[in-house]
Amino acid sequence: MNLLAYLSGEDGRNILSGLLNTCLLWAVGSGLGTIFGFLIAVARRYGPRPLDYLLQAGVEVIRGTPFLVQIYLLYFGGPYLCLSLGEASACLTLDPLEAGILGLSVYGAAYYSELFRAGFDAIPRGHIEAATTVGLNRWQTLTRIILPEMTMLVLPSMVNMTILMLKETAVLSIISVKELKFQVDIIGNRDYAFVESFTILALVYWALVEVCGVLGRAAERRLSRYRFAHS
Amino acid sequence: MSIVPAIRVRGVVKRFADLEVLSGIDLDVPRGHVTCLLGPSGSGKSTLLRCVAFLEETSDGFIEIDGEPLGYGLGPDAKRMRLAASSIRAVRSKIGMVFQQFNLWPHMTALGNVAEALVTVRRLSRRQANEQAMAQLEKVGLSQRASHYPGELSGGQQQRVAIARALALEPRIMLFDEPTSSLDPELTGEVLNVMRSLAETGMTMLVVTHEIGFAASVATKIVFLDHGRLLVEGAPGDVFSKPRHPRIDQFLDTYLDRGAAGLI
Repeated sequence: MNLLAYLSGEDGRNILSGLLNTCLLWAVGSGLGTIFGFLIAVARRYGPRPLDYLLQAGVEVIRGTPFLVQIYLLYFGGPYLCLSLGEASACLTLDPLEAGILGLSVYGAAYYSELFRAGFDAIPRGHIEAATTVGLNRWQTLTRIILPEMTMLVLPSMVNMTILMLKETAVLSIISVKELKFQVDIIGNRDYAFVESFTILALVYWALVEVCGVLGRAAERRLSRYRFAHS
Repeated sequence: MSIVPAIRVRGVVKRFADLEVLSGIDLDVPRGHVTCLLGPSGSGKSTLLRCVAFLEETSDGFIEIDGEPLGYGLGPDAKRMRLAASSIRAVRSKIGMVFQQFNLWPHMTALGNVAEALVTVRRLSRRQANEQAMAQLEKVGLSQRASHYPGELSGGQQQRVAIARALALEPRIMLFDEPTSSLDPELTGEVLNVMRSLAETGMTMLVVTHEIGFAASVATKIVFLDHGRLLVEGAPGDVFSKPRHPRIDQFLDTYLDRGAAGLI
């Protein structure tokens, strides 16, 4: 077994390009997932009741089905989803990378939105009442009090979810997104070197998770001064 | 006592679904004095205070702050009518509120907590706001702790910061909702001392408390609530000295049992 041989030459370059694509998918998917998730949580909290129900149903569907199935349906089923307005019509035909980013973002958004919702609920009512009594309006209360408090409450769960997002990117190889798992599959199939290639795969994902964990812990340390004193 | 009371409560009713918590309260809170609201748990005293801060909406009746209607007024058809949000904000700005649970914002330092509304509401520069906030912290004896986060302060210190935060906006009236109830006895004293010195400056204060000793020695008016009704009101001497209303006798017994006899 010679792991190092695969890390140089053509194979090495392919693995590196797969790694870069994986990092891109991870960063963009987690970033958009966080933003969409936050907007969903805000809309469910402050928006009209029917919107809350609609979004809740969406979140339930995403959380209730495997990511593998979702990404299949999006990539292969998308082209059948067409909108026609008179002469013009458009279908949801995406290339693998686009489908990967969209699917991962939607999947992440469902989970992140639930984290933020729990974060909103965990802020003591009194902290918001205190803001009201000193004259902060709704917007100021949201940006100055609720958001910062929620961030520190949900940070550990967000790190956790972001780690899961990295590992879900591997699923995208089945719709031929050229990410890490896809490149390593090619090598493994070519040489019948499944143990070697998947060992490399495991080690690289683990290294990325550790980087994420170190960053997360550093952020938590910075925020640990703000511990709740009571209640 | 001036003619217009600091707070005038008329016929205030508060219902939560089927439960009537306040059943028609009439009350005048005199300007420049300390008024203490006493009563057993569930008597409605905290709810009344929260209605005066407009944290709860009254179901009926009227509340006036410095002669101005809070939240509800009379419409042109002489019916009870909710007032505009701008009017509510303006009237509420005359009031400072201190909570049982302190409710400091945990992501801001003591100084940040006091300065926050000076920057966001009063539109002062950060430097001016910090200067004024520091002056308030000095008044409650905590300028040394300005850069500490709430999580790094004792309960008593947190409550003093909360008092400074309310005072920074220069309210005409201060409301206290059981300010010492979540403090152990040793820390209660430092908060009551700050409240005593605030009373000496002539601040109008309405205090919901279980500290009978504080009520007896600092308040000029005692109001006793029971089952959502105002049972007795008067000077501490009149309310506490015998012969007393039998309900107050019963209420005070629990405190006398706990060794507070010397204070009353």
